[in-house]
Amino acid sequence: MSSPNQPDLNPGDFASSEINYSVAQGRKVFGNVMTGLVLFCVALALLPLGSILFMLLTNGLSRLFTDFPSVFTELPPPPLVDGGGFRNAIIGTLVTCFIGALISVPFGVLTAIYTVEFGQGNRLSQFVRFCTNVLSGVPSIIAGLFAYGIVVLAMGTFSAIAGGVALSVLMLPIIIRTTEEGLKSIPREVRQGLVGIGATNFQGVFSVILPAALPFVATGVTLALARAAGETAPLLFTALFNQFDARSLREPTATLSVLIYNYAIAPYKNQNELAWAAALIVVLMILSVSILARTLTSRKVY
Amino acid sequence: MMNSSTYSDAIDNSAAGHPVIRTENVSIFYGNFQAVRNVFLDIPKNKVVAFIGPSGCGKSTLLRCYNRLNDLIPGARVEGKITYQNIDLYDPKVDPVEVRRRIGMVFQRPNPFPKSIYENIAFGARINGYKGDMDELVERSLRSAALWDEVKDKLKESGLSLSGGQQQRLCIARTVAIEPEVILMDEPCSALDPISTLRVEDLIHDLKQRFTIIIVTHNMQQASRVADYTAFFNAEAGETGSRFGYLVEYDKTEHIFNAPKEKSTQDYVSGRFG
Ligand SMILES: Nc1ncnc2c1ncn2[C@@H]1O[C@H](COP(=O)(O)OP(=O)(O)OP(=O)(O)O)[C@@H](O)[C@H]1O
Ligand SMILES: [Mg+2]
Repeated sequence: MSSPNQPDLNPGDFASSEINYSVAQGRKVFGNVMTGLVLFCVALALLPLGSILFMLLTNGLSRLFTDFPSVFTELPPPPLVDGGGFRNAIIGTLVTCFIGALISVPFGVLTAIYTVEFGQGNRLSQFVRFCTNVLSGVPSIIAGLFAYGIVVLAMGTFSAIAGGVALSVLMLPIIIRTTEEGLKSIPREVRQGLVGIGATNFQGVFSVILPAALPFVATGVTLALARAAGETAPLLFTALFNQFDARSLREPTATLSVLIYNYAIAPYKNQNELAWAAALIVVLMILSVSILARTLTSRKVY
Repeated sequence: MMNSSTYSDAIDNSAAGHPVIRTENVSIFYGNFQAVRNVFLDIPKNKVVAFIGPSGCGKSTLLRCYNRLNDLIPGARVEGKITYQNIDLYDPKVDPVEVRRRIGMVFQRPNPFPKSIYENIAFGARINGYKGDMDELVERSLRSAALWDEVKDKLKESGLSLSGGQQQRLCIARTVAIEPEVILMDEPCSALDPISTLRVEDLIHDLKQRFTIIIVTHNMQQASRVADYTAFFNAEAGETGSRFGYLVEYDKTEHIFNAPKEKSTQDYVSGRFG
């Protein structure tokens, strides 16, 4: 019976104990009920997301299709005029988010590099970490107030720059956190190796450790952008709003979120429809950015 | 920062053939805990010295002192004097980064950088100011680590894509490429299979021509195969009850293995330890 690659075994070597013992019926029922309960709770948790998407699609999708592509290419119409679009708001959202990223990415990444690679748990880096936590809990309206105080009042006008500054305050803690996580994910052995070949801390961080942590940084930036794209409160009194295209960064600028806020409560049907369409666009933007973030993280080296 | 010109002058003027590293009455502490006590040990040039001894007797701790890696451990402190080419390694004027460029280290776990095979080697050379033909250096280093034939067609691939044994040889090649004078190896073969281990040992034989090597190993055969000199360390409970490591015996390898002077050495090398 024994095949050439196997040692000789007696039939008795294989355990032949019976496995048809019976579990008490009550235990089985209890297990099934609990599994059902858990599944029910999962469904309940997904319900809000599902219904938001459903509502957005039913209310926003038709407008996107019937007026395609004019919603993307035209300006918002005056009250009681039909049609129109919100190209200025799309551009405004992109511009304010970009300004926000431009400010928060370098500061955020360098802060994380300090706390993880140079400060290494000293008083200052602990303090910075504490401040980051506080900052991420600051209500977004306060970030707007801050930008209003230091940019709008100083420049004497609402502007995309002020909006970007407000958003950067909200993006900063997200970028710091994810970058810190990325840097910490680099194994100790690699750091030892760097020290072993006589690399200075600076050389090691910027040529080996930061590049290896880059997927995390990219994830942080995309997550921060996703957060910023949906923010309304800090933009209300920084970027303000504009019926037309902003001709420079120093002018009031329309953004999707503020447009939704303004038009959703307007007493005109056309405006309401535009608000729904804009809401759908914002959610799709955030969704695609989040998916991008996920694929970026999956590229990580360690 | 140290003045690097005086540093190299001093090295060039040093007499060749004498101990590269001298360890004079060195004790090493982690906070209040004394890990290593009163070690005297001279490392001769272009020889292989093996550190053997039971776990926890401070072999790694001592090894890390030679390239000032203990500086990175909070609370670690060295007493006594360690000189390299007659320079006190712990002189405040000495830059630890400079020390590590001259005294390279290969670690227990292979730790290639998350970069291409080529870059793994070129990076160290570049930051150490190598200005010559980089392709040539990469090839030469990989050849001297007996890795060239296996990777010559995939230099662009990540160093992490190699097998453990190949990674360890890549790490050796990377260390060789920065042209240090001394190479410290802390159990370099403990994560490798027997074949890779033999290849690394062959490699150590070849490298001896150009480098001084200190290797920590738990493998008696390995020590007897590769080392010219062997230092046996042991640990003992001190007055306060905490265990400290100390150097028991240091001699030519054949003496340590065939005719040790101390009973504990005899017991350890013959496997009757503990
Ligand atoms: N970073 C550290 N902080 C505090 N104590 C340490 C540290 N590293 C080592 N020690 C202690 O120093 C002593 C010597 O450790 P070391 O790692 O040098 O031993 P070893 O001889 O290399 O052992 P092994 O053969 O297991 O690697 C041990 O008692 C250990 O607990
Ligand atoms: Mg050790």
